[in-house]
Amino acid sequence: MSFPKTIDADGRRIAPWQLALRYVLLLVMLLVMIGPFVWQLSTSLKGMHEDIYSSPPKFLPSEPTLDNFGRVAEIIPVWDYAFNSLKVASANVITNCAGAALAGYALARMRYRGRRAATLAFILAMLVPVEGIIIAQFTTMRDLGLNNTLLGVLLPGSIGAMNVLLMRNAFLNLPQEVEEAAFVDGANTWQRFLRIALPSVKGTLAVVAIFAFMGAWDDFLWPLIVLSDPENFTLTIGLNYLHGTFAQDPRLVAAGTVIAVVPLIVLFACLQRYFFRGVGEGAVKG
Amino acid sequence: MKSTTAPRALSSDAAAAGPTHRSSGSGRGPRRGPATGIRRQLSFSPWLFAAPGLLIVGAFSLYPFLSTLVNSFTDRRTLVPGEFVGLANFRELIHDEMFWIGLRNSALYVVGVVPALIILPLLLALLVQRNIPGITFFRSAFYTPVVASIVVVGLIWVWMLDDRGLINAVLEAVGAGRIGFLSDQWLLLFSAMAVTVWKGLGYYMIIYLAALANVPRELHEAAAVDGAGAIRRFVTVTVPAVRSTMVLVGALSSVAAFKVFSEVYLMAGPSGGPAGEDTTLVMLVQRVGTGLSGRVGYASAISVVVFVVTVALMLLVLRADRKEDA
Repeated sequence: MSFPKTIDADGRRIAPWQLALRYVLLLVMLLVMIGPFVWQLSTSLKGMHEDIYSSPPKFLPSEPTLDNFGRVAEIIPVWDYAFNSLKVASANVITNCAGAALAGYALARMRYRGRRAATLAFILAMLVPVEGIIIAQFTTMRDLGLNNTLLGVLLPGSIGAMNVLLMRNAFLNLPQEVEEAAFVDGANTWQRFLRIALPSVKGTLAVVAIFAFMGAWDDFLWPLIVLSDPENFTLTIGLNYLHGTFAQDPRLVAAGTVIAVVPLIVLFACLQRYFFRGVGEGAVKG
Repeated sequence: MKSTTAPRALSSDAAAAGPTHRSSGSGRGPRRGPATGIRRQLSFSPWLFAAPGLLIVGAFSLYPFLSTLVNSFTDRRTLVPGEFVGLANFRELIHDEMFWIGLRNSALYVVGVVPALIILPLLLALLVQRNIPGITFFRSAFYTPVVASIVVVGLIWVWMLDDRGLINAVLEAVGAGRIGFLSDQWLLLFSAMAVTVWKGLGYYMIIYLAALANVPRELHEAAAVDGAGAIRRFVTVTVPAVRSTMVLVGALSSVAAFKVFSEVYLMAGPSGGPAGEDTTLVMLVQRVGTGLSGRVGYASAISVVVFVVTVALMLLVLRADRKEDA
């Protein structure tokens, strides 16, 4: 115990050798978790004539170039696909925020017959595994004439049952008195919802928005099933197509994956705490 | 049954509620009960608030669930309505070699992935638990694979594990031979499991971090005073304190693992690797049930098996938890 001590942010003492060991392990894990992304970025920046298969591997491109991003756009309309993904993801944010807030408010704050049945419907829906119903969803979409459209991609997840229940819990945690006071002052349901309840649950709403965006942007199985015409592909489906058809040039696939992942990494970097909060709330519910 | 009637009840109520809702703001016309205040005013508008959510959830979760059950007893195809065939689909399943391959692989996936996802994220959470300088950067960095699409993750690892990819280049540089991660049936499945674990680490790490924050520090200090080393403290203090979280992680990850699709689809290809030997159950559902010649009835029967196993897994994990309590 003769080591000099250092102190962490919580005021707990930690021995220097222990601190050093921690950082070594953290750096090893950093390599494992981030290394593959960096390698993909590096591959996407390597020119056509650079050997990407060398052993030992070369981590830095000798002549970094953005050519691959142009070339991948010649093979598949990658920017159109990105725009399709953006459209679906943005719409998914709007529908989930609006739909989940409205339904959550109805479940939490309103008194009416059938409320328990409505709550149960959302709980059951949350428990149904998406992977088990995709074929039935596909036939439903065909019946509606919406297969192979972006609307068809959007609809099944457009108001997630879990988001409704998240919003319900958020509203339940608000003190009822403020709304009762507003009621006495003559505010109607809509006004109480919009002006009083909604501003108090902004945090949960942000979580719903972020996970709705991420869910739609990253989704693979459902768009794979519902989209058949390359015109309407989203980015993930386009990448899968690129991989299947042009796998012989990893630079192109790498460029495509970089395009798909950068927006989300930026979003995550800006809004980290909502991402982490969402994990906690989702896990408790899920 | 309640779940199916809810959306229908909703549409009629909502239609009737329209005008009433608009006038309710001024406090007029309660039709139901003499109740007080908020209760009286809100007799119809709730259905309007809940309508969009109930409609979507009813049409795209609950109805498809029921129709999957019904379809599993028919020979319905994508373009042919089909007829009731009793248990024929399930009888066919028993003799379908591909079904057993799928079931085997999905079950193996649970066995391989779940223990790793219960233990490793806990260790990772312990590593990032102390608030030492720069730790928020590391926490975020470890979470990055969670944020990335499974397609991006799959394609990154396809390239990493390629015969001439980074891992093999390193193996060769250090004198070990190259390994065909993506050409051997079993190596492929294990590689996909490793990717699943890699992508899930950060997610479950955050869950464990929240649980660890609630472990009283005194427990550790007392154990340390008693002379318990780090490993002993992990087993006698940390594990019992986060056990319910471990059960939660076990339940979440086992259900997710059994339904694995994307990782294997991307790494083994749509047909499931050499001779389809790496096909998982959900891959089989996708392959059999989609497209213009899709056998909806048969794919639904496989889906029913997915439901049943999923529910059984949940119950199994929860039961294991209760047993430990006793």
